[in-house]
Amino acid sequence: MAEAITKLSLRVVALGYLVVVLLGPLAIVFWRTFEHGLDPVWNALSDPDTIHAFKLTIFITAIAVPVNTVFGIVAALAIVRRTFPGKGVLNAFIDLPLALSPVVVGLCLFLLYGAHGWFGRWFDAHDIQILFALPAMVIATVFVSIPFVAREVVPTLQEIGDEQEQAARTLGASGWQTFWRITLPSIRWAVIYGVVLTTARCLGEYGAVAVVSGRLQGQTETATLRVQESWESFDLVGAYAISLVLALIAIAVLVAMTVIRPKEERTT
Amino acid sequence: MSIEVLNVSKRFGDFAAVDDVSLAVEGGSLTALLGPSGSGKSTLLRIVAGLEWPDSGRILISGADATDLPPQKRGVGFVFQHYAAFKHMTVAGNVAFGLEVRRRPRAEIRQRVDELLSLVQLDGLGDRYPSQLSGGQRQRMGLARALAPEPEVLLLDEPFGALDARVRAELREWLTHLHDVVNVTTVFVTHDQEEAMEVADQIAVMNRGRLEQVGTPRELYDDPANEFVMRFVGDANEVGGVLVRPHDLELLASSSNGAVEAMIVRVTMLGRDAKVELHDENGAEIVAVLTRDRFEELELWRGQTVWVRPKRERVFAS
Repeated sequence: MAEAITKLSLRVVALGYLVVVLLGPLAIVFWRTFEHGLDPVWNALSDPDTIHAFKLTIFITAIAVPVNTVFGIVAALAIVRRTFPGKGVLNAFIDLPLALSPVVVGLCLFLLYGAHGWFGRWFDAHDIQILFALPAMVIATVFVSIPFVAREVVPTLQEIGDEQEQAARTLGASGWQTFWRITLPSIRWAVIYGVVLTTARCLGEYGAVAVVSGRLQGQTETATLRVQESWESFDLVGAYAISLVLALIAIAVLVAMTVIRPKEERTT
Repeated sequence: MSIEVLNVSKRFGDFAAVDDVSLAVEGGSLTALLGPSGSGKSTLLRIVAGLEWPDSGRILISGADATDLPPQKRGVGFVFQHYAAFKHMTVAGNVAFGLEVRRRPRAEIRQRVDELLSLVQLDGLGDRYPSQLSGGQRQRMGLARALAPEPEVLLLDEPFGALDARVRAELREWLTHLHDVVNVTTVFVTHDQEEAMEVADQIAVMNRGRLEQVGTPRELYDDPANEFVMRFVGDANEVGGVLVRPHDLELLASSSNGAVEAMIVRVTMLGRDAKVELHDENGAEIVAVLTRDRFEELELWRGQTVWVRPKRERVFAS
């Protein structure tokens, strides 16, 4: 009896917490967006600057996610399967973007690529625009979304061990064949999960990009920057509408993953 | 098809896993690497396969130096204790893997996979996944997979170690039969001396990284090179300061020269033989095995005091 009560109260606390912290704000955004009907929402979303902001966010995400997926897999393989000097440092540094405030990341990039920065001077001399342009925004987004694939793949690689890979080698497979046919299929769910988290992080990135983008409407304004911009210019419906679309994309990605992920994968 | 191990050593930090081992394995033979855990037998097998690199020494396979070759170029088949099944592939996919990476024609692969599955008695299970097989079936799949690319040598690392006793015995018998059919040079690692005696035609006994003795099961049993082999291969008693096999002990009803007094504590019938366990004056255990006829002739009973005399003893310089 006491056990049942403990169980029940645990559930109430967990669900209550989720409602207050997560679902509540989401519901309010949803309600506020459609408070005055569909027309203002449609108007806000079909604004050319808003469309551009979404396109830009998706474009940056489409670069950052593949880059970090490849890097994450390579880094995880290096951490789990190899020994080399500096391995501990690599392992620790992968988590750095999680610990570091994105604003600080933005500031670092600003100092590096600014007119007087280490790299900035060289790019400046060659007439290549990094800051207040796409390159800096991509670099910032790549930086903040580095850890997710590696952090998902490392424990999976450790769990499956390297016996299957050894077996593949004795059967005549090259290192490359072993990776594509044995290693990658074994870690595919970890990779997919990492990709989903990376995507979510890229779509939602605000701080670092805010510092390095210059926030030029219709040029270097991403969806999240657009939310802030709309809010500041008292276009509340616009802010809510863009937020809602971002939230819906995130939810759709998570739902899609839950649906395609087979249930027995975790146990075998 | 032969394997030659020449002065191979391998250290892990301060631990000498394999210490200056030389061993010749004849083409077509079935050899056991026998030793207690930590004796270096698995490490030696992995060095032959190219899964570990020796610190010094050479490995020759079919007379050619393979020391610097990666595993995929050595022409070895390897069977792992815990199967190392490709979990995301079907049984047929597992067996086909070694042929697919060699880019053999599809039709040939399909035919060979069917052949092998039937050889290891897994006909009709090709579409299953490894997780749907029993341990014994998984290990037979592992064998078929290793044999598919027609390796020059087949290496098995404690292949039956993870299986229960009944399946073990079954697979043991089956491996000897398979070796007769396929006739590929085979080396398997085991810590079970009975398994080695039953399956192998040559046994290499290892202890603490060193090779203690190489010989046929009979040679090891009848003429052990040292005390370790005497104790590890077959049973051994210490009677009056010498080592003696249980069936080389004589039980006498009365005192005699060279005989030790002991009391019978347990008698077990083993079909044609009788096993008699005794305690000597100091309480040390002695096991004697005598024929049923001799046992009945002596009319032994539990609690009786008898005299134990070695018929054939061995003294090793230590």
